[in-house]
Amino acid sequence: MKEFFAMGGYAFYVWMSFGLTFIVMATIAINSMLQRKRAVALVKRKAQLNKNSDVVAGK
Amino acid sequence: MFRWFHRLASLKNFYRLAEIITPWLAALCAGLLAVGLYRGLFVAPTDYEQGESYRIIYVHVPSAWMSMFVYMVIAFCSGIYLVWKMKLADIVAQASAPMGAAFTFLALCTGSLWGKPMWGTWWEWDARLTSELILLFLYIGYMALRNALDSHAAGAKAAAILALVGVVNIPIIHYSVEWWNTLHQPASITKFDTPSIHISMLIPLLLMALGFTLFYVVNMLSRSRSLILEREANTSWVQSRVQENKL
Repeated sequence: MKEFFAMGGYAFYVWMSFGLTFIVMATIAINSMLQRKRAVALVKRKAQLNKNSDVVAGK
Repeated sequence: MFRWFHRLASLKNFYRLAEIITPWLAALCAGLLAVGLYRGLFVAPTDYEQGESYRIIYVHVPSAWMSMFVYMVIAFCSGIYLVWKMKLADIVAQASAPMGAAFTFLALCTGSLWGKPMWGTWWEWDARLTSELILLFLYIGYMALRNALDSHAAGAKAAAILALVGVVNIPIIHYSVEWWNTLHQPASITKFDTPSIHISMLIPLLLMALGFTLFYVVNMLSRSRSLILEREANTSWVQSRVQENKL
């Protein structure tokens, strides 16, 4: 196991590459979820606004 | 009138289709990446020239492929948007750009981390590396241009033209290792007659590449759906989905 993590002396380069890739891809995925959350919140807010204006208009 | 109706219908249909296929694609993506990582890190043998350092290939090459693939998607969508004013093409391009930039950044960084132990340098101004760096600037320029202009339509149009002009960079990146004498090694996969990579090393690479592609597709679909919701927030189909609590 120790040998595996040592990567034949290239541990720094190999694990930095894999680690950085993980961080960037995790950031992409998290950002997708945040965008989704933002979009859903916006749509719900608009729905609420529409409902309120209907009430004002006496519908 | 018909145009307007058609446009609305296709966004609605795209939203529904993406909603259905995303979970399946995400599961497939996770499986491919898990098996690819396992086979790449544990099963694939040590390279006789580069030792264990060659394993960087399993993140470097898929990132580099994606940096070009995503650009081609954006260029293709830009062409469709410019010719037919198709809203969906604009949305897919907008959703893709940040991910393309991220993959380009990854390809450059992991390449640097591979270059240091193998070539003895983090960076060299050779054709492959320089053209990939230009690709990163193209992505950044594309995103900046989209947001620079006041009206959305003007920004989208200007950015689409930039994306189409920038397409000349893609063959330059691909053939740079053949046209110029570079430090970067030539392609070892795309010449199928005599692939210069052993099958046990090739399989994990292909699994990772497909996994990266699906990762992009899943996130592109999710981001496109978010953009559709934002742009169509006042339409009746979005509003009725809100009422049914089915977003």
